[in-house]
Amino acid sequence: MRTLLVAALAAAAIPASASASPAPPEAIVHIRDDAFVPATITVRAGTKVTFVNDDDDAHTATADDESWDSEGLNQTQRWTHAFTKVGKVTYHCTVHPMMHGTIVVRAAQ
Amino acid sequence: MKRRDFVHHVAWTGAGIVYALGPSGLARAAEGATSGFTFAQISDSHIGYSGPANGDVRATLEKTVVAVNGLQNQPAFVIHTGDVTHLSKAEEFDDARAILSKLRAPLITLPGEHDVIGADGPKRFAASFARPDAKGRGWSSWDQGGAHFVALINVGEGETMGMLGDEQIAWLANDLGSRKADTPIVVFGHVPLFAAAPEWGWTTTDGTKAIALLRRFAAVTVLNGHIHQILEHQDGAIRFATARATAWPQAVPGTPGAKPGPLKVAPESLLGVLGYRTVELDPGSAWHDRTLAQG
Repeated sequence: MRTLLVAALAAAAIPASASASPAPPEAIVHIRDDAFVPATITVRAGTKVTFVNDDDDAHTATADDESWDSEGLNQTQRWTHAFTKVGKVTYHCTVHPMMHGTIVVRAAQ
Repeated sequence: MKRRDFVHHVAWTGAGIVYALGPSGLARAAEGATSGFTFAQISDSHIGYSGPANGDVRATLEKTVVAVNGLQNQPAFVIHTGDVTHLSKAEEFDDARAILSKLRAPLITLPGEHDVIGADGPKRFAASFARPDAKGRGWSSWDQGGAHFVALINVGEGETMGMLGDEQIAWLANDLGSRKADTPIVVFGHVPLFAAAPEWGWTTTDGTKAIALLRRFAAVTVLNGHIHQILEHQDGAIRFATARATAWPQAVPGTPGAKPGPLKVAPESLLGVLGYRTVELDPGSAWHDRTLAQG
């Protein structure tokens, strides 16, 4: 069920990111109940992904290879990063290492 | 049951009374009164947090400092077992240092995972609280009051929280190697060394390696923070206890529907679930937890 949900949400991210607008496409990942929601998203290269902390606890969104790091986010704080390189990026929360997320970056159309 | 075991058992009941094994045998000390070597533990202050679980974490840490400073017999030192700050921000370290500097007793501070966030977190922690004799990522040991103290660092090892790492375990093996088996050992760290609630990240994944090194000693006390509540555990001659926070409580593991993180309680109940600990070594160890409502 979780896989289906993630797949559905990820699929929804692509049309939003494929806007005809000249501005870079955007996507949002919520941090909620000690989880990245959706845990996996698929975006076009150049998409600006915003991580929003909805929890009362502190969280980070930190690349597993440490190439980017939101650092600490309090509740309601957000952090945005542009994903330009095609490939799969995995990340985690340094405060809650059991929290993992994945961003699949496809070539821009 | 050996007398020392009995003392340990009594000390674990948390009856609000300090018992200690002194030269003349079992002694009972009135609450707040200690006769031998003592130290105090405070933990999880989360300076920088502001939310429904505690709207003024600086005030509750200040109240803790006042309470410790008011102890009739001042502790030989105060150990803060981590999460001094909430987000590792520079101003959070400044605020925490300003409050903790008011302690009358010398302060030893270990980092929690909230103190080593980002590239600058570990540097800021080190600039504020590092011990000059620390090794590696900050671990250290010293002899005091007839016991051997070990301060372990189990955060900041790569991406993993609750990890000592091979370098630190090798250092610990060397550090303990020359100690006699009857030397009282007291170990500090942030994340519990035992599996308190692995599903919530409340364990040290390679803690069993450290525990194996501690097994040959007759009396070992391991004190941690991280989980914002008192949880006690015994493994042979090794006794474990986590401490209350000065910031907010967390749910009891196994509570249906619960998750880790700040737990909001009624405002009038908050001081009753925050607190600090005093520990007496004489030559065993007995600890006494006090809430901030008790003062």
